[in-house]
Amino acid sequence: MTEFFQQLINGLAFGSILALIALGYTMVYGILRFINFAHGDIFMLGAFAGFYLAPKIATVFPLPSIAGAIAVLFISMAVCAALGVLIERVAYRPLRKRPKLTVLITAIGVSLFLEYAGQFFFGAAPKKFPDILPVLPITKIGGLSLNSNQLIVLAVTLILLVALRFIVMKTKIGTAMRAVSFNPEAAALMGVNTDVVISFTFALGSALAAAAGILWAVNYPSIDPLMGILPGLKAFVAAVLGGIGNLPGAALGGLIIGVTETLVSGYISSTYRDAIAFAVLILILLVKPSGLLGKKEIEKV
Amino acid sequence: MKIWREYFLLTAAGSLFLTGCNKPASTAGAGGGTIKVGEFASLTGSEATFGQSSHNGTQLAVDELNAAGGVLGKKIELHTEDNQSQAGQSATVVRKLISSDGVVAILGEVASSRSLEAAPICQQNKIPMISPSSTNPKVTETGDYIFRVCFIDPFQGTVMANFARQTLKLQNVAVLTDVKSDYSLGLAKFFKEGFTVAGGKIIAEQNYSGGDKDFNAQLTSIKAANPDGIFVPGYYTEVGLIALQAKQLGITVPIFGGDGWESSALVPIGGAALEGDYFSTHFSPQDTSPAVQNFVKKYEAKFKDAPDAMAALGYDSAMILADAIKKSGSTDGAKIRDALAAEKDFPGASGNITIDANRNASKPAVILEIKNGAFQYVQTVAP
Repeated sequence: MTEFFQQLINGLAFGSILALIALGYTMVYGILRFINFAHGDIFMLGAFAGFYLAPKIATVFPLPSIAGAIAVLFISMAVCAALGVLIERVAYRPLRKRPKLTVLITAIGVSLFLEYAGQFFFGAAPKKFPDILPVLPITKIGGLSLNSNQLIVLAVTLILLVALRFIVMKTKIGTAMRAVSFNPEAAALMGVNTDVVISFTFALGSALAAAAGILWAVNYPSIDPLMGILPGLKAFVAAVLGGIGNLPGAALGGLIIGVTETLVSGYISSTYRDAIAFAVLILILLVKPSGLLGKKEIEKV
Repeated sequence: MKIWREYFLLTAAGSLFLTGCNKPASTAGAGGGTIKVGEFASLTGSEATFGQSSHNGTQLAVDELNAAGGVLGKKIELHTEDNQSQAGQSATVVRKLISSDGVVAILGEVASSRSLEAAPICQQNKIPMISPSSTNPKVTETGDYIFRVCFIDPFQGTVMANFARQTLKLQNVAVLTDVKSDYSLGLAKFFKEGFTVAGGKIIAEQNYSGGDKDFNAQLTSIKAANPDGIFVPGYYTEVGLIALQAKQLGITVPIFGGDGWESSALVPIGGAALEGDYFSTHFSPQDTSPAVQNFVKKYEAKFKDAPDAMAALGYDSAMILADAIKKSGSTDGAKIRDALAAEKDFPGASGNITIDANRNASKPAVILEIKNGAFQYVQTVAP
């Protein structure tokens, strides 16, 4: 029984990082009806931003420390937010009036560009991510090992989810985002500056990806330019599973994928891990095509 | 504009035609006063330190040979290709080395899966291939043109099984295997056989796939089986993270593995979690024998860094090839092959090399312990 609960904790910790990446995917989709396939690579850039910033930040806040870790997290999020806005401005905005497929293929191009530019500039060899958080002794509760990093991941995911929900639901820019998601032309006619709203959406999504990148690197401190591919893909699946466009759905989807994969690796075999996780996705979509928490959309003619 | 375009197309077509004619059979790599030798290595990608160390060793050997006047009065020209540690790339680059560069022999690789990709191509083209440090038996079983200068996994697996059973006094051991790697699968198999024969018990078996970052699920299952030790026959990229996550789950038993651990990148990732863990390999720079110390001195003078096993084996692979070319007095593939097959007691940096009937080298293994973040020599096990 202890083993089962330990596996559950492992799965939740892994799933909450996927959830964080999935939040970014689903938000951009919710506002723009567009899947940003470069999202996994922004995640990678977030980890690398942390990697290069940490020594600089260490001169102000000695690392590892909580203050230093927060500084690394926020500055990396800011760097990636700026990058997200830049990518949208350069690669996606010129195509806004084009068919959705054109933008989708451009996103795949941007993704490949970031991966291989990353290999060129950072080098392809895996790098050790610096220790930015003080490692607390492992807490033991009745035979369960809880490590501080796993708890921090869970907490940060929860905080960011609530913050995101607040921004989207309660703020002026959030209202504008929802307006654009309903009907960009009508929103523009009502005086909403759609360019600003879309840039803001990308900034927010990229900042979330960067946060996920830093948390991932804290837990698995070996980073390389292709590290975003697989987590990005799984997070996309998580977003679809939860109902793409739905924020709590993305978080739920991430946790389900994380727990399923961990239980399969632990009790069956890691060889079938991905196969079973994807089988779960197919089953859920067969029963509920719009995802677990997704709303049925009526195609307007 | 139009004229330019036609001119461009013509030259492009012309150059294609020329390269098409320039097939290696006629030149056989011996033309122009040099002997062309091909090398493929993982210079970038997930196992980059393997390729880099191995390449440094090979380069050192080639420079040394050329400074001494070359082989058969000709300089050696090393053509190095990077396979980026990716599956599928080795076959492509080796085809290029053979058909377009026209090399007389191929050196490479460290990872068995990638050597296995290149071996059938070398065999078909009758180009001798020497793998510096692929230990999976299947590599040389590909055919009679494929050699290696290191020991093989049945030996390495037995060495670690006996070490775990007799020196560490372990009774129940768990095995965590990379199912994507021929090296890992082979070594795990031979370890399990050896450990059972020695009277121990394998109480848990778990898998992962190279490139994974999260091993908590497998390690939690292993922990529940309560082993005295964990055998991880993987590559350093994952081993560091495995050790780290094992400690975070409260696993304190020793973890041990094979030569795939040997990398300067292992300790930076695993850190203190690796303390007191062991692995077997081919060579230790702390070995006091003159052949080793002589190599260490030359390597440090050139690269300002201590050599690891991959560097020593990279060096030996180039040296034994040069010796075989010298002895055969030719750059013909078949003749080099025969000379390689006859090599006996060749004095290498990683010990004396005798090529056996299966084209493997019979050599002692070294066991190292990770202590204070460095690799400490523990013992040598003769075959």
